Amino acid sequence: MTKRYDAIIVGAGSAGVPTAMALGELGVKTLVIDSHPSPGQGENKHAIGGIRATHSDPGKIILGMRSLEIFSTWQETHGDDIEWLKGGYLFPVYRQEEEAILKSFLPTQKEFGLNIDYVPPQRVMEIAPGIAKEGLMGGTFSPEDGSASPLLAINAFYRKALATNNVEFRFKERVTAIAREKGRITGVITDQGAYSAPVVVDAAGPFSRELGKLANVDVPVFPDCHEGAITEPVKPFFEAMVVDLRSAPGSKNYYFYQSRHGQIVFCITPDPPILGTDTRETSVFLPQVAKRMVELMPRLKNIRVRRVWRGLYPMTPDGSPILGWNSDLQGLIHATGMCGQGFMLGPGVGEIVARMITHQSTANDNRVLDEYTLYREFGGEEGLQ
Amino acid sequence: MTQKRVTQHPVLEVPQGEEVPFTWNGKELNGRTGEMISSALFANDIQIFGHHHKDESPQGMYCANGQCSQCLVIVDGLPVKSCMTPLSRGMTIQSVEGLPEVPPEDTPQTVDAPEEIQTEVLIIGGGPAGLSAAIELGRLGIDTLLLDDKDRLGGKLVLQTHKFFGSVKDSWAGTRGFEIGHILEDQLKELDSVQVKLNTTAVGVFSDGIIGAVQDNRYMKIRPNKLLVATGAREKMLAFPGNTLPGVYGAGAFQTLVNRDLIKASDRVLIVGGGNVGIIAGYHAIQAGIEVACVIEGLSEVGGYKVHADKLERLGVPILTNHTVVSANGTDRVKSVTIAMRDENWKAVPGTEQTFKVDTVLIAVGLSKVDEFFLKAKEWGMDVYAAGDAQEIAEASAAMFTGKIEGVKIAKALGKYDNDIPEEWTQKAAILKSRPGKASQRPAPTGETGVMPVFHCFQEIPCNPCTSVCKEGIIHTENDTITGLPHVTDPSLCKGCMNCVAICPGLAVTLVDFRKNPDFPIVTLPYEIDRERVEKGNTIILTDVDGKQIAQAPVKALITKKKFPGTLLVQVQLSKVIAMKAVGIRVQEHLFPAEDVPDTSALPDQAMICRCERVTAGKIRQAIRDGVRDMNQLKAISRSGMGACGSKTCRPLVWGIFREEGIDLKETTDRIDRPLFVEVPFGTLAGTKGGK
Repeated sequence: MTKRYDAIIVGAGSAGVPTAMALGELGVKTLVIDSHPSPGQGENKHAIGGIRATHSDPGKIILGMRSLEIFSTWQETHGDDIEWLKGGYLFPVYRQEEEAILKSFLPTQKEFGLNIDYVPPQRVMEIAPGIAKEGLMGGTFSPEDGSASPLLAINAFYRKALATNNVEFRFKERVTAIAREKGRITGVITDQGAYSAPVVVDAAGPFSRELGKLANVDVPVFPDCHEGAITEPVKPFFEAMVVDLRSAPGSKNYYFYQSRHGQIVFCITPDPPILGTDTRETSVFLPQVAKRMVELMPRLKNIRVRRVWRGLYPMTPDGSPILGWNSDLQGLIHATGMCGQGFMLGPGVGEIVARMITHQSTANDNRVLDEYTLYREFGGEEGLQ
Repeated sequence: MTQKRVTQHPVLEVPQGEEVPFTWNGKELNGRTGEMISSALFANDIQIFGHHHKDESPQGMYCANGQCSQCLVIVDGLPVKSCMTPLSRGMTIQSVEGLPEVPPEDTPQTVDAPEEIQTEVLIIGGGPAGLSAAIELGRLGIDTLLLDDKDRLGGKLVLQTHKFFGSVKDSWAGTRGFEIGHILEDQLKELDSVQVKLNTTAVGVFSDGIIGAVQDNRYMKIRPNKLLVATGAREKMLAFPGNTLPGVYGAGAFQTLVNRDLIKASDRVLIVGGGNVGIIAGYHAIQAGIEVACVIEGLSEVGGYKVHADKLERLGVPILTNHTVVSANGTDRVKSVTIAMRDENWKAVPGTEQTFKVDTVLIAVGLSKVDEFFLKAKEWGMDVYAAGDAQEIAEASAAMFTGKIEGVKIAKALGKYDNDIPEEWTQKAAILKSRPGKASQRPAPTGETGVMPVFHCFQEIPCNPCTSVCKEGIIHTENDTITGLPHVTDPSLCKGCMNCVAICPGLAVTLVDFRKNPDFPIVTLPYEIDRERVEKGNTIILTDVDGKQIAQAPVKALITKKKFPGTLLVQVQLSKVIAMKAVGIRVQEHLFPAEDVPDTSALPDQAMICRCERVTAGKIRQAIRDGVRDMNQLKAISRSGMGACGSKTCRPLVWGIFREEGIDLKETTDRIDRPLFVEVPFGTLAGTKGGK
């Protein structure tokens, strides 16, 4: 006889673990299945740790605001230190192009009550000491945003999920089939067993498309590869996540911050994108990103880079998540395609999914679900990727 | 203040570098130009290089090899590894107290793309294996680039002042290690197709087939057709309370300080580990005028060659088997060390503790391969080879063979060598890698006439210099195999030339000459320690092979053979009753118990496992008891392995805790290694012009 659950989550990562935590708190008997040996070993650990609510789309602003609240209050509420640092997000501006883009987001951001402003060059230089002065026009700064350790956060969520006594995790186990009956999902079959549940949550990130195929569902998630790295720790001298939106040959934007440990963590967006699921580090990344970072902030030149890694962004055609019920297969929920923002959006996503399953969705939830339905037109592209 | 330097050495030349001033935390000191900063600091008796940002624990020397970042100091405003940075005149050097500050240098930087280099063969590491491979490749005219992170070739050969074992013909047995390094280097110089880059550190291997390397703050991308990893080994650490106090470090690091840089790194050491590395380090210590309290070994027998162990015991150093280290004691550096007998679970037996007053504890509990380049290159699907310790931990003589073999293998793979790899090489490499045989008892030769060598050599090891140095050809090993014990076929033919006494790496051959006085023969003994002690007329203590005192006698004569200048031949006249037994000269007569018994109540769980991130055994153990089996998760929650060294030190220690907790390692997931293997500044990666 197969073991029965109220819900099964496929993927113990940025979306799956917070969802499990939220479900466990609502008393939903939940099983999480992941092929990795422990939580967060897929893409979560590749995230550099930035957390912001200052997105450009209402859906992400809503998800981001709630996630930010959970991250920023975690230690006082639950005790464990996830290295939350309220350092803000800084988008320095050197060209009219970026100035126009960033300013165009401000009305929506302010409508949601977000604390963000366009600040003059002097303020940019205070926030990011040593940033190149030449041509600096100002920038946007959102002081309530920040960063935390994805490694510590997911393990804190994991322990919390277990502590509800409603959640089980099965690691090193691969989903091989999705059990269906008369257009309804009935559970999953893995390389080690079969588990039944009326609801299955697709939190498989870059592998959602493959998971979808098991249920004859097309999930338009196309992973691409990004490399990130971390330095030795040095005495903290800035706190904000600095995002340079400019493009240069071979790359688009890049971003970096100094963690609570004093380590600089950074990442770049390759141009053209490197499609696929190859997470092997290349020799291209470091010289490419180091050049841009040293040009932007010369004093970084003396800091030693310690380690580099490569991770996947589960991209969707419009750069926004896929979140909501599948209408072709009853009982299937998608919580995927976070496009590199799974860590920062995860806690908010988890709560929405938990309320969907327990029939408690709010008006705000529905607004988000409408925006990120699988059945939208994937036409546009999100401004502030 | 007199500096802590080795001012006379029986074997090594004492370098005379130019004295230059520098400042340490504002205080004016002197060092020698070109020596590593860490050595200059040690020479000034400074062993605390800073305090850790997490717990303010004192930081000091650990690997002396550029692998960890324990020895960071601030030079002219920037943190550098003191063991890899040469001293120059007027440097302002400061300790690293907490996190280093980033100098506010905001001048715009011009940057440049890194140099890209193509080569047929890239060899990482210019030690015995890398050099031997390069020589084979060079002889075949194959385009080869050899990188080494030090300022000279030879790798660990540079540190080896003792005469090598092995065979004379194939691996220069009887020649001292550092001299072998010079021989190989000279051979390599003749070969045009091999380019050598010194002071060049390979820092990572990437999936696009590129090896990143740094020379003089310049980053280069090297694309080889074939890669040979000859990166040697690193020392394993041991978990015990106090294990990261300045003054606890590896025996190899000690040899670097003492033998390469001629620093009197310590006044008195205790050595943990009775393998060849530990025992030889003890011997090197005494050669440098450093006392050795004892060598302890956990097993019931020493793992090193018996001749090495005998050599040390004869000098007066006790070797205590079945012992373990309880704690290194001291607040900011080692003041004493407590050891104890161990039980069958390798725990200290209460009541058997002994505390020795030492300033240094050398850890010599084995080596692990520096194989991260090999494993990663393999994972990336590159055509990669490994030689020397990076392939399998063994003696340097074996590394020379595996280097040759892998070099020729690469040539074959490139289609530049048609013959088979000589089977003899493979066999010899295997013999040189072999563990020593069982020690046997054998009677001393009888006969009280003429002159003859006496072999105090009781264990089968691959070694035969005595056979090839005998002009009369009367010394043979059992069945003439390299591992056989030597004997004299016809004593009547011995002319008493003493070559066998002078060449034996184990100092295990004496010559007994009955010709002048059959009742009181002249005994010639080899000696490689402080020469003042054995001046003519001085009374010396003579021991048997195990170090037991058997006589006191005045030195009658001293002889040095031109071909073997490091080994002094000391002659004494002894009663024929003991003449055949005498082989050692005791130089150290005391034990060194601590005056006061320190507080050793620290629990084993206070041992530091991850020294970079200061993660204790207790913290790791708790996580394991909470169910963690994935080392990546362990890293995520504890930060163990997240530091500068990238788990090079803590990984085997974490495995040890898993085992202690009864967890089968098959249930665990190993951590994922990623480049970089050595940290590189942003400016170097970006190619800043003239930037440091």
